[in-house]
Amino acid sequence: MIIGGRDFLGRLRRLYLPLAVFLVLMLFPFYWMLITSIKPNRELYNARIMPLIVHQPTLKHYVDLLYETNFLTWTYNTMLVAVVTTLVSVVLGTMMAYPLARLRFPGAAVVAIGVAATYLVPQPLLFIPMSDIINRLDLGNTLTAVMLTYPTLLIPFSAWLLMGYFKSVPRELEEAARIDGASRFQAMTRIVLPLCTPGLLSAGIFSFTLAQNEFLYALIFLAKSEVRTVPVGAITELIRGDVFYWGQLMAAALLGSVPVAVIYSFFVDYYVAGLTAGSVKS
Amino acid sequence: MAVRPASLARPVAGRPFTLQGVLEREGVFSWLMLSPGVLFLLAFIAYPFFYGIFLSLEDRRVATPGVFVGFANFQTLLGDAVFWQITRNTFVYVAATTVLKLAGGLAMALVMNQSFRGRNLARAFLLLPFIVPTALSTVAWMWILDPTFSVVNWLLVNLGVVAKGYSFLGNATLAMGSLIVVNTWRGMPFYGITLLAGLQTITPDLYEAAAIDGATTAQRFRYVTLPIIKPVLIIVTMFSVIFTFGDFQLIYALTHGGPANATHVFSTWAFDIGMSAGQLGMGAAVALAILPALAVLIVALTIYLRRG
Repeated sequence: MIIGGRDFLGRLRRLYLPLAVFLVLMLFPFYWMLITSIKPNRELYNARIMPLIVHQPTLKHYVDLLYETNFLTWTYNTMLVAVVTTLVSVVLGTMMAYPLARLRFPGAAVVAIGVAATYLVPQPLLFIPMSDIINRLDLGNTLTAVMLTYPTLLIPFSAWLLMGYFKSVPRELEEAARIDGASRFQAMTRIVLPLCTPGLLSAGIFSFTLAQNEFLYALIFLAKSEVRTVPVGAITELIRGDVFYWGQLMAAALLGSVPVAVIYSFFVDYYVAGLTAGSVKS
Repeated sequence: MAVRPASLARPVAGRPFTLQGVLEREGVFSWLMLSPGVLFLLAFIAYPFFYGIFLSLEDRRVATPGVFVGFANFQTLLGDAVFWQITRNTFVYVAATTVLKLAGGLAMALVMNQSFRGRNLARAFLLLPFIVPTALSTVAWMWILDPTFSVVNWLLVNLGVVAKGYSFLGNATLAMGSLIVVNTWRGMPFYGITLLAGLQTITPDLYEAAAIDGATTAQRFRYVTLPIIKPVLIIVTMFSVIFTFGDFQLIYALTHGGPANATHVFSTWAFDIGMSAGQLGMGAAVALAILPALAVLIVALTIYLRRG
């Protein structure tokens, strides 16, 4: 850090080389997704052709994916579920985090521990009883089933993240508004929430990413092609028995990653802030 | 000292007792705000959790009423060699990935903690494995590790390292190794970027002071860097361990627990028994078997967070 700046060799050794190694390792699978998706089958399934580059690129797999599978329906389902669950989770998370972070009331400690515990309880512990509950509610093969269950993963996280942001707003600002006659609700929506916009964005982007990533509940509850999400659709329908449609699979993997990657690229700073908020600030 | 907001809300003499006044009370307002979320979490986390415990005590198959069997499911599991294999698999998976992610992530953070042009861009790219839906990136890994067309095998054979390619997902040891590599690939950026944020809280003065006192690079790392990022390190690791214990989709997508149970962990085995075979009671018992280890971790993390 101090000496490295001057000689190029030292900088090469301690910065550029290791950085290049990390970037290649982290990004190679995406490169592989991309070039596999545009290779014709005769290149894909011929072990004698050098596989690292594309010799004759084709968009056939994309065309097949869009016309011969329900990929567009899956994309629509995924987006709809992600948007709805993100909104629900950020609103309910905010409503939980605000009193926990800023007010005194009986039962606060129990609720705070409850939120932390529900955040840490892993999904595998819940999915079997949950499947029975969803069956009894007759919600199998409906998007409602995942819209009801995804927030269980997202609300505790949003609440936990937002509590940190809410705590950072000085009390005096809110008290001044209260003295001027603002109700508690107004003090929250007009004073605290606007100041915590970065936190709300972090919670929203995180929830959106997690909702797009969810697999287990979607796999269990959505057994019909028309209601499936992209990850489950790709894994269950583009892999049929031992037959793999690698070109289509990779096209689906790439296109399915695009919404998350685009949102992420716009808000990467908020994402990183959310990622580090819990671990660094506490 | 500032006036506490509570004193404003308390109805004072002369002020009429109104609905508005009641709603402004700290306790009433708090619970009104909390109740939708709390009710939701009670209905969809607390209730399934306890219902799962109840199911694990039943012999319950899909579409048939359950029969209470006490601890019979757990007794069956304890006598089942596969159960112990799955326990071992889970611990190997969690331990190996944690060590690799921690070491790799720390290295990544140290490399990224130098100033250079395009650092934010590099950080954004390095985090990609962590944000892309896991099932989709795992599909890319399936193709990378394909028995016939693996690019890794192609490289190894063409560089003259081996004569014949490996069957990465067909061999018990290699399949577990592959899972560990893919999980490390996905989780390392989480460690790297959070630890980087921890490193950035260290002021350069500390390093300069240490350098003036004649500390070597290794000594600076040992006596300046490590003590400061230790809390972040512990929290990140504990979170990661808890979530790796509950990992499902990566394993389900890549190996489906195979070959011959060699890569099954609690979550995927519970899925096979509870969902595919329809034995809800036994499946719930398998899932609950991770609870003791998990409870220790969660309690430890909670205590650590409260102390800090």
